[in-house]
Amino acid sequence: MNELGSLGIVAGLAFAAYAVVAGALGGKLRSLRLTRSAERAALAFFVMLTLAVIALEYLILTNDFHNAYVAEHSNRDLLTFYKVAALWAGQEGSLLFWTWLLSIYSALAILLNRKKNRQLMPYVVAVLMGTGAFFSSLVLFVANPFQELALASAAGTQPFTPPDGNGLNPVLQYHSMVIHPPMLYLGYVGMVVPFAFAMAALITRQLGDNWIRTTRRWTMVPWMLLGLGILLGGNWAYAVLGWGGYWGWDPVENASLLPWLSGTAFLHSVMIQEKRGMLKVWNVVLVITTFFLSIFGTFLTRSGVVSSVHAFAQSSIGPFFAVFLCIIVVFSVTLLFLRLDHLKSENKLDSLVSRESGFLFNNWILLALVFAVLWGTLFPLISKAVENVTVTVGAPFFNKTAIPMGLLLLFLTGAGPLLAWRKTSFQSLKRNFLLPLIVAGVSGAFLLIAGVRHFYAWMTLCLCIFVAVCVLGEFWKGARTRMKTARENFAQALYNLTMRNTRRYGGYIVHLGIVLLFIGFAGLAFKTQAKGSMGQGDLLRAKNYLLRCDGLVSGDTPNYEYTRALITVTKDGHAFTAMHPEKRFYKASQQPTSYVSIHPTLSEDLYVVLSGLDQDTGKAVIEVFVNPLVMWVWIGGLVVFLGTLLALVPSRVEREMAEIRKTQDIAVQVDDLGSGG
Amino acid sequence: MKNRRLKFGIGVGIILAVVGWEAVSGFNQSKTYYVTVSELTQAQEARRQIRVGGTVEPGSVQRRAGKLTFRLAQDAKSIPVTYVGTDTLPDTFKDGAQAIIDGNYLSSGEFQAEKIQAKCASKYQAAPVSPASGQKNPKVAGL
Repeated sequence: MNELGSLGIVAGLAFAAYAVVAGALGGKLRSLRLTRSAERAALAFFVMLTLAVIALEYLILTNDFHNAYVAEHSNRDLLTFYKVAALWAGQEGSLLFWTWLLSIYSALAILLNRKKNRQLMPYVVAVLMGTGAFFSSLVLFVANPFQELALASAAGTQPFTPPDGNGLNPVLQYHSMVIHPPMLYLGYVGMVVPFAFAMAALITRQLGDNWIRTTRRWTMVPWMLLGLGILLGGNWAYAVLGWGGYWGWDPVENASLLPWLSGTAFLHSVMIQEKRGMLKVWNVVLVITTFFLSIFGTFLTRSGVVSSVHAFAQSSIGPFFAVFLCIIVVFSVTLLFLRLDHLKSENKLDSLVSRESGFLFNNWILLALVFAVLWGTLFPLISKAVENVTVTVGAPFFNKTAIPMGLLLLFLTGAGPLLAWRKTSFQSLKRNFLLPLIVAGVSGAFLLIAGVRHFYAWMTLCLCIFVAVCVLGEFWKGARTRMKTARENFAQALYNLTMRNTRRYGGYIVHLGIVLLFIGFAGLAFKTQAKGSMGQGDLLRAKNYLLRCDGLVSGDTPNYEYTRALITVTKDGHAFTAMHPEKRFYKASQQPTSYVSIHPTLSEDLYVVLSGLDQDTGKAVIEVFVNPLVMWVWIGGLVVFLGTLLALVPSRVEREMAEIRKTQDIAVQVDDLGSGG
Repeated sequence: MKNRRLKFGIGVGIILAVVGWEAVSGFNQSKTYYVTVSELTQAQEARRQIRVGGTVEPGSVQRRAGKLTFRLAQDAKSIPVTYVGTDTLPDTFKDGAQAIIDGNYLSSGEFQAEKIQAKCASKYQAAPVSPASGQKNPKVAGL
């Protein structure tokens, strides 16, 4: 199996390298045969990488500890569910997994586009497979997961198979951790497709509507999955790490946020290009930036250049990534400069109060946020290079910069969609914004009376209400019009309205999801916590909850031993729930970890951690957090995901447009054939 | 038109100033210098808001009357550390673990740690899985 896996990677690398050359030549010489051959090589790349992944999964599932990777990241008593996840638990496996996902995206991008985007395809294949060749050579030469263990002795080296493996890192043994890395990676990797289309469009000078339309869809999919990955990561941190929060501005977390932010900027500014033919250069820059940040994020996560709680070993892959990143920048920026003449804007900005300028502000703020987060994350490296001292910055820096910018963005989430293209009159401003402003103002006053004194939290909640009224108002207005003109009932009208323009109304649902997310964020301001040593019968109070310890029990499972605290909770004097936080000791990895007990409700989570045993008294050290509104973060994230899915469904208008384009394309092809023959 | 642009410019200016000021204050508040153990032992002077990385010296961890002390070692030098923070120590903190500590270094030569992060050193490296020699020698499969 080790041989088969290595064979898969070698063959994959060969196919990728061939596809780069054949694709570039095929495009240059306009040879359909070479292009077709490059496309087939890219599909073969996918088959070969799949073979390698199957080989590694087979080794993991059959407990073949002769393989060094399996011995380090799995053990016999690990649940099968988690064994599958061992594929992406370590450096080598992760990179193989990354490359495999790239091959899937490449195959899909080729199969779905080779008819529609004939002229772009040879270069799209070349760029995709260039990235594929880089990653497969990393897997082959630097981080090979198919190494075999051997013992060195006086008689020479002998194959060695340990009786059991080191086991999967216990903090990774949690259900959302199993899907978090695949989603995140699908997000990172997918950004290569828009990049490939952008480069192909620049090379071929086909910078019309076609590439931007294709790119928009291919950005939405990875953007959606990246967002979901970030959310699952937060969920994992919240449920497993036991510090009561879901986001800590850790370098690795930041790395995943960066391409999401620049991707968000692109998904908005692309609309200005489609509608008004503006910002063409800017959009190419955003596509390049997003791809660069994706690779950069992978590099930051995998190389250990910035110290992080995501404890990955220092490794040798850093320089390779640095070279690859340089190649990306030099190649894409040079190409962009050579094609500047073809990217002239067709229109000018008419007014500062218009949809266009709303999108522009959105872009500036998002990019400023990218810059601030990047600056804070890389500051240890910057200060080292400039002053030769390493200086790190922590959460206060990120919070203080991100909160005001986030609030501005939140405002635009509601205000932007209500602004008209080109120029918005004062009359329409008044008509559209009067109601949301009044509702938000009244709610704000109520919140003040109810005792909300935290400025940012108050501001966030007011803006959330403002945005919600703005966006729901759009649904209401649209549905009302349909009810009158098409004589539909409200539900029908709402459904037809949404399905007729899924892009627009899917987008609005995404905006509502963002509102829910911010409501969840506002809850952070009202967090309370308590800590105490608890023996049998001891009490601990946190806010209006009273915890009583009913003792400690210990137990054993094949994979870990545990100590469990039995805690009964009363709320305002009434029986509430029982909670059982655990301290687990994983046998294979010889590591302890906490198992947090969470009682989630829509208004607040009760979060109980058994953080240890007091050495002197033998009592349990219990930490309690009361975290308001956390549930809305998960719900909001889910709504964003569903809204994006909806926006990806072709709307009725779009389908009609596609029909028209298809007939045009056929006409063009007939023309081509005519002139060719 | 010109008047509006001016107002707009002022608005953007105010926003930029607020965000900028917040950024600078947050930056100063959380700025932490990364220093090495030998830098501290050589200079022998008090330093505030610093971060030191190293290994928890095996056998040095002592818990007495709710107080935790240990020695943090880096390249054959080590400093005594007292934990004064309130957060519960991470599960990975134990003898031989790699730790990053944040806090103040006193002129007495003691480090008062407010925050301790730790990762288990053995986990991500090749652990001694061989019972015989305790060494392993990964070899690329024959291709």
